[in-house]
Amino acid sequence: MTLVLEAAVLGVLTGGVYALMASGLTLIFGVMRIINVGHGALVVLGAYLSFAASRSLGLDPFLTLVITMPVMFLLGVVIQTIFIRPLRTDREALSVLVTYALALGIEGLLGYFFSANYVQLKAWYDTASFPIGGFRITYVYVFGFVLCLGILGVMFLVLYRTTFGASIRATMLNRTAAQLIGIDVDRVSAVAFGIGMATAAAGGVVFGITTAFNPGSHYDLISRLLTIIVLGGLGSLRGAIVAALIMLVSEDITAVVISPVWATFVFFVILVAVLLVRPQGLYGVRVRDRL
Amino acid sequence: MSILRQTANLKWVGIVAVFALALVLPAIASDPATTNIAVFTMMYIGLATAWNIMGGYTGYISLGHAAFFGFGAYALALMLGHLHIAGGYTVFLFVPIAGVATAVLAVGIGWFALRTRAATFVIVTIAFMFMLQLLAENLVGLTGGGGGMSFPVPPWRGGSFNPPYYYAMLTLAAFALGISWWIRRSKFGLGLLAIRDDEDKALAVGVPTRTFKLTAFVVSATLVGMIGAVYGYYVTYIYPQFVVDPLIGISMVLMVFLGGLGTLSGPVLGALILEPAQLSLAYNFGASRLYLVLYAAVFLLVILLLPRGIVPSVTDLLVRWRSRTGPTAPAPAKALNS
Repeated sequence: MTLVLEAAVLGVLTGGVYALMASGLTLIFGVMRIINVGHGALVVLGAYLSFAASRSLGLDPFLTLVITMPVMFLLGVVIQTIFIRPLRTDREALSVLVTYALALGIEGLLGYFFSANYVQLKAWYDTASFPIGGFRITYVYVFGFVLCLGILGVMFLVLYRTTFGASIRATMLNRTAAQLIGIDVDRVSAVAFGIGMATAAAGGVVFGITTAFNPGSHYDLISRLLTIIVLGGLGSLRGAIVAALIMLVSEDITAVVISPVWATFVFFVILVAVLLVRPQGLYGVRVRDRL
Repeated sequence: MSILRQTANLKWVGIVAVFALALVLPAIASDPATTNIAVFTMMYIGLATAWNIMGGYTGYISLGHAAFFGFGAYALALMLGHLHIAGGYTVFLFVPIAGVATAVLAVGIGWFALRTRAATFVIVTIAFMFMLQLLAENLVGLTGGGGGMSFPVPPWRGGSFNPPYYYAMLTLAAFALGISWWIRRSKFGLGLLAIRDDEDKALAVGVPTRTFKLTAFVVSATLVGMIGAVYGYYVTYIYPQFVVDPLIGISMVLMVFLGGLGTLSGPVLGALILEPAQLSLAYNFGASRLYLVLYAAVFLLVILLLPRGIVPSVTDLLVRWRSRTGPTAPAPAKALNS
């Protein structure tokens, strides 16, 4: 029983990190109607940037975010402007190919600069743990959870308490109508992509401390992130957070109760079951012709 | 409308010429390195054509077709293993049975996945692919897990190794093209195109959208499964990650987009250009990871410069050129390909 409880707690803590990464992905989908298949590669890129910064400057991994988040934000604005904005027709399908190409390019560049060897971010809290209610929790999971919660909080404040946030939400609701009332949707899209990449950088740090990674790690990440946002309902931030928690908790509990090899499979079964009842996902809105 | 018929004729002359060349190719270029490229190119012609039947005609973009590719390979390996079939031409007789097995799987996956549309459908197909990969890894008793599965050893050696596989792939590619051509001309195909343009309106005017979508999905998956089976026998040893490979799934999609989504010759053209390019990039730059960067750059250029693909763009150009020089302006060809 303690084992199951421990798994559940760990699931919630890591679920917070996936919630942050998935909200960036679902925000990008909501604003631009594109499926960013390169999001996993962006997380890995963030992890490598932090890795390079912490190694060359001797910074604590979490502190490197002060550098990597703005860098990734700007990179996001540039990528959106060059590669995503020109897509006018058949956006959803073409965006998959473009972002997949971006993922391959990033994987190739990372492999060129850092080799295919596995690396991991180091910090004093990566293995140190504290006891709580009969089991021990590693500090990094708590720190990561708090960090991600904080960034998610800021994101929600921006979205729901600022004028710019309102224009982002308006674009998510109806792109054409937003354009008609004078919102510069191209600018909103570029910033949203930047925000998505900055959150990927933050997720990347926690991912990089808790997991050994190499340039090819993004395949596993993206399959998880995509299934999370589909379960939550495409374009729904709340859905992404709830679905991330469901995924990580169900995985961790399955790993303890049944076997680690079936952990991800159980989540897929949950996904299929939910989509059978609600094809639009937990919090998705069913719109005519576009789901 | 003569310009349309003319381009259509040109297309047919091209296809016949390419097909004739394809038949005699192993006799002309017989060294194993070339025939190896030929086997893979022919494989992708079949895959892209099969994928186009679903993705191009109905507009439902599946990124999970690698699941059927891998399933076909595993189905064949399992059958051969349990029936103790020795390597040789008889193995190819079991490929259609692997296709039937894939069809059964595709009915199940399609029935479920086609409840969703657009972006959700794309992601659900990816999810199914990873589910199948996980199953192949975890059902160790059946599939050998991460250790992989072997096929019976083929009796061919040296220069005569590749041609049987080449002709098997050619047969499947021709079969896929035949089906794709027939669908494009049939009322069924018209229904699929209507689904692509506006599914709700198609349903409203009486197109049985669910049955049509599922049929196209199953036909497409079955062809991919059979090609996967031949591929498995060709490489003789299959592992979950290399046969249920996302790269194979995305490559066939890219080829269709390069050539022209929803056209008959587009997928063939896309495969003919991209697969040799991909192989030579991997061969020349494979040691460094830079080959991925180069491949990505080609990828991006194709999509940003030719978002509609080669065949529709060239057809448009021809029509526009003709309408400027010809005596009467022909009706725009947009309705066919847009």
